[in-house]
Amino acid sequence: MSGIALRHEFGPGGFVLDAAFDVPERGVTALFGPSGCGKSTILAAVAGLLRPRAGHVEIGGAVVLDTARGVFVPPERRRCGVVFQDARLFPHLSVESNLRYGLRRAPRDAAGPGFEEVVALLGIGHLLARRPSGLSGGERQRVALGRALLARPRILLMDEPLAALDAARRAEVLPFLARLRDAAGMPILYVTHALDEVDALADRLVLLEAGRVVAEGPVAALAARTDLPLAARRDAGVLLDCRVAHAMEDGLTTLDFTGGRLVTTLHPGPPGTRLRVRVRARDVAVAIAEPQGISTRNVLRGVLAGIDPVPGSPEAFVRVAVGASEILARVTRDAVARLGLAPGIALWVLVKAVTFDHRLVGAAGMPGEPPQDGA
Amino acid sequence: MILGLTAEEWQAVRLSLEVASRSVIVSLVPAIAVAWLLARGRFPGRMLLDALVHLPLVVPPVVVGWGLLMLFGVRGPIGGPLNDWFGIRLVFTTEGAALATAVMSFPLIVRAVRLGLEHVDPGLEAAARTLGAGPIDRFLTVTLPLMSPGILAGAVTAFAAGLGEFGAVITFVSNIPGETQTLPLAIYSATQTPGGEAVAARLAGVSFLLAMAGLLLAEVIARRMHLLLGRG
Repeated sequence: MSGIALRHEFGPGGFVLDAAFDVPERGVTALFGPSGCGKSTILAAVAGLLRPRAGHVEIGGAVVLDTARGVFVPPERRRCGVVFQDARLFPHLSVESNLRYGLRRAPRDAAGPGFEEVVALLGIGHLLARRPSGLSGGERQRVALGRALLARPRILLMDEPLAALDAARRAEVLPFLARLRDAAGMPILYVTHALDEVDALADRLVLLEAGRVVAEGPVAALAARTDLPLAARRDAGVLLDCRVAHAMEDGLTTLDFTGGRLVTTLHPGPPGTRLRVRVRARDVAVAIAEPQGISTRNVLRGVLAGIDPVPGSPEAFVRVAVGASEILARVTRDAVARLGLAPGIALWVLVKAVTFDHRLVGAAGMPGEPPQDGA
Repeated sequence: MILGLTAEEWQAVRLSLEVASRSVIVSLVPAIAVAWLLARGRFPGRMLLDALVHLPLVVPPVVVGWGLLMLFGVRGPIGGPLNDWFGIRLVFTTEGAALATAVMSFPLIVRAVRLGLEHVDPGLEAAARTLGAGPIDRFLTVTLPLMSPGILAGAVTAFAAGLGEFGAVITFVSNIPGETQTLPLAIYSATQTPGGEAVAARLAGVSFLLAMAGLLLAEVIARRMHLLLGRG
């Protein structure tokens, strides 16, 4: 477990960062929040590139910052692999020399994947002799990932690694990020303001707002809560861990989740492929009787678990337990009253097969599994 | 006789090249250090250092030569001990001419090097830090290569300017053929000699050619280096 606690003030009376959270030994912890919430500042402080007023940072049991005891390990000795938004490859060195820069300076006894392994993992073998100026944005970011990983760090810090890329390049790099996550075997702290990256990559989520931690926990658990800023988003909704059951002849695919089965127009991969699907609350309707004569493919039977009115809005979230899973529906308060909705009653949940957005599907942490093709 | 120059005239050309080269060699490392301090340093007296370095650009060269004479003369506060303890005499010597030229062209090198340094993205140095490179390591492997176009531009400009340094040289080390008589001094002597117009014209032509060659060379090298650094 790595622990991070920071307090930093930007000028007198200015923005105050006051955040503390833990990063588990393995998997991706996403720092998520709007721009200016302090997430990149936290990353810089963990890397040692910024010196906070007060703080305690422990990485894999080693204290690298403790302002109370005057401990400040300089960045070059912290062994944090940083992937910057703008790649920051050395322009005067070849791709291979860039990749080997950190490797040559890594401690002799540091274990980690070898050069060939990382090159194969990121598919950059054909770029080794090139200069960074001759690479596309996506290729640059893949090389930057490899360079950080090859420095044999104790933790990988990623500062919005996809934010500078266009949609096509993002789709190109995202599967490599998923592969790297599964192969790295070290904690990854991932800063982003894009929810689809969280869905696709993160195991844990630290929600930040105005320099403070609003909530932290497993991604799916936070996505299901209606009391967080996340719920105000258009794409608010639960995340379901699914497995591809089979592909049907009409071009549809069935996905199994704990509690039921969904039919979708997605083609995430062969049967057995694991993926995480975001079911947006605004795409879900509910009915108190089994509906007849409608086009909706997914009609799931459940039990109403709770009703959470949306403050300052004529709408409410309806939580429906479907098997062991919970699905959120966003409906009007008028509908709640009209249908006489109350906790405990039986309810049918309607999800259209075409509402799953391709972008919202990511490979869920399955080592050795090929990355999902988003195209 | 090549290019129609006499042996004495060739001597002046060779001496000019020697003095200019030595001045660049002497001032390059201090210029990089000073440029680094001025661009990156945060210390009291930074502005004073900045002004001091640029002084030779605005003070009459003769005054610089006079200052050097005061400091490095055989009875000066620096020249005295140098002469007494090490037997090094700068006044009236080629070394002295190189020193005077170095002082005069120092601001030119510092300015170019500083410009080159300001082109270096500090983000790349931060990246090198996170990859385990300590201060000297990242200066040598990242900062220095990336600022090399500036260093080179500064060196070539200083060399070209050094070929023509007159006031400081003649004041500090006088005008001794074979020792301190560089091209501009030889031209000056020729113009002072009855019937020396032809000599002056030939030497002026050589000066012109050398300056042009220097500037062209600087341009070609700068382009190649920018290409190498991926800024083409």
